[in-house]
Amino acid sequence: MSGSSTHKPRPDIWRTLASVVTVLVFLFLLVPIAAVLPLSFSSGSFLSYPMPGLSLRWYEELLTNYKWLLALKNSAVVGVGAAALSTVLGLSAAIAMNGLGPRARAIVNGFLIAPMVMPVIIMAVGLYLFLSDLGLAGTITGMILAHTVIGTPYVVISATAALQNFDMQLIRAAKSLGASPWMAYRRVMLPAIRPAIVAGSLFAFVASFDEVVIVLFLAGPGQVTLPVRLFEGIRDELTPVVIAAAAVMISISVGLMTVIEILRRKSVARRGMA
Amino acid sequence: MIPMPRHEQSGLLPNGAGKGAANWRGLSDFEKGGVRVVHARGGAVPQTSFVEFAGVQKSYGSVNVVRDLNLDIERGEFITLLGPSGSGKTTCLMMLAGFENLSAGDILLDGASIGSMPPQRRNIGMVFQSYALFPHMTIAENIAFPLQARRIAKSETAERVAKALAMIRLDGLGGRLPGQLSGGQQQRVALARALVFEPSLVLMDEPLGALDKQLREEMQYEIMHIQQRLGVTVVYVTHDQTEALTMSSRVAVFNRGKIEQLGPPKQIYEEPVNSFVARFIGENNRLNGTVRTIDGDDCTIDVGGDRSIRAAAINVSAAGERTTLSIRPERVVIGAAATSAENCFEATVDEVVFHGDHLRMSATLCGQPGFIVKIPNSAGVGMGSPGDRIKIGWAARDCRALDHG
Repeated sequence: MSGSSTHKPRPDIWRTLASVVTVLVFLFLLVPIAAVLPLSFSSGSFLSYPMPGLSLRWYEELLTNYKWLLALKNSAVVGVGAAALSTVLGLSAAIAMNGLGPRARAIVNGFLIAPMVMPVIIMAVGLYLFLSDLGLAGTITGMILAHTVIGTPYVVISATAALQNFDMQLIRAAKSLGASPWMAYRRVMLPAIRPAIVAGSLFAFVASFDEVVIVLFLAGPGQVTLPVRLFEGIRDELTPVVIAAAAVMISISVGLMTVIEILRRKSVARRGMA
Repeated sequence: MIPMPRHEQSGLLPNGAGKGAANWRGLSDFEKGGVRVVHARGGAVPQTSFVEFAGVQKSYGSVNVVRDLNLDIERGEFITLLGPSGSGKTTCLMMLAGFENLSAGDILLDGASIGSMPPQRRNIGMVFQSYALFPHMTIAENIAFPLQARRIAKSETAERVAKALAMIRLDGLGGRLPGQLSGGQQQRVALARALVFEPSLVLMDEPLGALDKQLREEMQYEIMHIQQRLGVTVVYVTHDQTEALTMSSRVAVFNRGKIEQLGPPKQIYEEPVNSFVARFIGENNRLNGTVRTIDGDDCTIDVGGDRSIRAAAINVSAAGERTTLSIRPERVVIGAAATSAENCFEATVDEVVFHGDHLRMSATLCGQPGFIVKIPNSAGVGMGSPGDRIKIGWAARDCRALDHG
């Protein structure tokens, strides 16, 4: 492999060492997950090896037990709702920021993405007190609003990046051709940044889907989401059904991340072509 | 104070009659759309200009980009705003298009003020240097866009898109994306898109700037011919003087936010009114001197060492004034012809270069090197070789005494 353009020929040993370290890091990250996932196919009731036999009974349990189904439904409703709201807010904010000067943009951007760096527990306490006053604590609506706060920064970041690559001259061209500002945005700007918007809203969905702390504060009895139900499952039952639930969650997250990556590549390719 | 030459009606364009009439159909469609368009009144009432810049100013903070611009543009004209970068020409175009606000003054289109009208309501076509084609739409969709914005029926849209594609000789490429076309093809699409809704005015902002030289020349003629066929009014911005001279019915030479000279290309080239225009348009030899006498249209200029030159008094007013003489290289004669010219000097040949259609000599004249002479490459003409002493001459009327610059 002589692809390197450095002047000194690199000894192969460094390359090998780098590969070994990479593999070790991967193992460190993945082994704990990989080690427990097979237990979801166990026919026994305990979370231990060796498994007495293989079975899909825990997946069946997951799909028939109303507690798990309710949690899945809550997660889906809150996730979709929060992603949709985040998309509208984040996109509007990104478009508005695009028209600001560099200093004003930096300040506004800082505020908008603050929820990403804020400790979640602090936000959860704040949101709990705030939404209680509004009578929204313990409601699905309250959870959607709370998750919109953590989802919006993802859309802002993604849409801002896309808009920075967007040629504003195209908007001028559209207007010179008689398009109203709305038609110019809808027909010219939106299609150009669509992959980035979709990626941003998928991120917002995943952020909501994986969120535990805020839900612990806000959820009422019938409003438990999948990760929180998982938490309860580990505490109360500790059967392989929690592993099955985790496997389902991981699959959904990985699937969405794959879609995001595909969209990102598509948008890069489109930019390259134009 | 710069004397503005009188505007000459150019005979280049067909006057509205005949086939031109069909092309204004779009304008009446536009009227139906409910937008105010005040038509030039015909017959007895004196005709107003189609486009009028009235005392237009533009400043960013304390920087005056455009200072007190007054410019009348007639219907069917091809007018070019020519000038170096930063001279205010593009700003003027952007104000006309509606993308820049005016700091003072007003712009009238067909007698109605458009100073505060948003760009999408002006019905002015625009071609950008960067083409500004919508990358996610096909060529046909790009061209259909302005028709869709005007809610024109689908069948008519399809028909007009097909016609527009034929006009730019890209039939059959309607289904391609802009990224799949060459630069020249993309610019033709941009042109078709700006014309398909039949605007009465089309603005072009250095549309050929991104193309290579040969394609640029081809496109100059193509744009010119389309403009003549449709009779549409074009305001064209460029910093390329060849482009301006080739295409325009009139040229406005911009410098530091002002129009230095306005007139047909021939006048701009042959009769520059000041040293900026002389320097900016075409090549010219510049000699500095002092006015000795002015007699009527002519004058005598001292150029030092007891030598004097007879010149046309263009921008000089009194004896003793410093002046710059401008002489076009192709107006200089050599050898026997020079001896009988009003101005005749001895010069030393420094360099002779063969340019195919002409020969180009650089000589030292009155102790100053760099005097350029162009002689057509016709039979039996020679300029000698470096080091030769030769006679160089020119007529007084070909030598213009301008402001010292």
